[in-house]
Amino acid sequence: MLKKEMTCIVCPIGCQLEVTVKSNGELEYVVTGNKCKRGIDYAINEITNPTRVLTSTVKIKNALLKRLPVRTNGAIPKVKIFECMKIINNVEVKSPIKCGEVIIKNILETGIDLVASRSM
Amino acid sequence: MLKYDIIVIGGGPAGLAAAIEAKKNGVDSILVIERDRELGGILQQCIHNGFGLHIFKEELTGPEYAERFIEELKKLNIDYMLDTMVLDITEDRYVSAVNTDKGFMTMKAEAVILAMGCRERTRGAISIPGFRPAGVFTAGTAQRFINMEGYMVGKEVVILGSGDIGLIMARRLALEGAKVKVVAEIMPFSGGLNRNIVQCLDDFGIPLLLSHTVIDIKGKDRVEGVTIAKVDENLRPIPGTEIDYSCDTLLLSVGLIPENELSKKAGIKLDSATGGPIVNESMETNVPGVFACGNVVHVHDLVDYVTEESRRAGKNAARFIKKEMAEDCKIIETVPGNGITYIVPQVIRTENLQDTLDMFMRVNNVYNNSKLVIKADGETVKTINKRHLAPGEMERIKIDLNSIKNKAISKISVEIEKEGV
Repeated sequence: MLKKEMTCIVCPIGCQLEVTVKSNGELEYVVTGNKCKRGIDYAINEITNPTRVLTSTVKIKNALLKRLPVRTNGAIPKVKIFECMKIINNVEVKSPIKCGEVIIKNILETGIDLVASRSM
Repeated sequence: MLKYDIIVIGGGPAGLAAAIEAKKNGVDSILVIERDRELGGILQQCIHNGFGLHIFKEELTGPEYAERFIEELKKLNIDYMLDTMVLDITEDRYVSAVNTDKGFMTMKAEAVILAMGCRERTRGAISIPGFRPAGVFTAGTAQRFINMEGYMVGKEVVILGSGDIGLIMARRLALEGAKVKVVAEIMPFSGGLNRNIVQCLDDFGIPLLLSHTVIDIKGKDRVEGVTIAKVDENLRPIPGTEIDYSCDTLLLSVGLIPENELSKKAGIKLDSATGGPIVNESMETNVPGVFACGNVVHVHDLVDYVTEESRRAGKNAARFIKKEMAEDCKIIETVPGNGITYIVPQVIRTENLQDTLDMFMRVNNVYNNSKLVIKADGETVKTINKRHLAPGEMERIKIDLNSIKNKAISKISVEIEKEGV
């Protein structure tokens, strides 16, 4: 039996969670300390495949500013964050861009797109 | 002379929400004045997500949150001026401003909404000794350089202050390839949200040193290093605990101060605890017809709460224009009691409230398993159990109006009571 403590990051409340992993043939996860259902999903994900939404910027030409803010439109595996940053750092786009426009489709085969997070 | 029903000073989240709400409440002639090159305020540099959970029930980035309000403002045909600096406001609501297009101008408003936001405290405010090399930035300045202007601020970074901006910048710098050596915090607890400690520090292996501060900055032209020392319970550095860190950049995330230079000129009374105007239940200052909302009143931790407060200011400014506000009422004062730093609003006229009284406050320390006790003239009207209270988390209390209305109360106080000590 494995026990792990963690802070939930789903919302700003930041519940202190405790996950117990029982393995009697099949793996079973018991989560306590969560104030809402999302805490359970977060805790199990965090143990099996931790993910994060990545936000950064890309270069933009002919625009009001020199950088366009971007985000992943879903959470990507934590281990792929720096690999994603390498790709993001080599992207250059041209104005005009609409908020939500896809900048990189299916980044690193994650099934998640990198999108513009403002119009410029 | 240009005349408007309402002039809003500041085009950040507070000003945008206030202007939109005033328009929706039947005021047509509104002008928003913004000193920056675009609307949106500081949200435009906050490219991380986590905004809008209360207002939109989804997690947006700062620019996405701003864009929704900017679009709505434009759709409602509300006038705005960019690159325009307000220089003066008078008690009778003349607003003087300047820009490169129209030069100096004076405008008359029936009501003014102050939404100037806040400023970061600087190295001067916390008096760090040592040389004055390049490479010392406030966290927000570094954020603007990196996220909007495209300049990286340094390669090896130490951050002083663990408020949310400091934590967010630690992650941002790490993502962009900098080595963030340590985040030092003078208090025994972080001023930031727990989730930010996890996803900004723990995720990147950045250590957090509580009860530590920077006592020396080294380097003549560029920062070459800083000295960090442990502090005692009086926040004084303890000799013998000094550690040297080599770095080329020091970021300061050491607090925000409401920006009230203009308010003072208009004869507006400030609360020394918040640093912002003393306001009533309608977000009106002591100068009739001058309202205030957002971080210019008190520093919020969530933009969603700024939006809610600013909508109230906008709605009430509209009521003032339409002469729907009850003016000559008996006044109830709010009094921060034991453990409470401040309460907003400071003044309450129950005639202008509908069903509930909303009060916003901060506590002065971390408290576990305690109670917030609300008293009207010394008599308890409500008790709220709290598992966790911290200075970094603003508390909001709703009180049923029936428990205080028509009772000739002169003071409402809030205090912390520890449970079964």
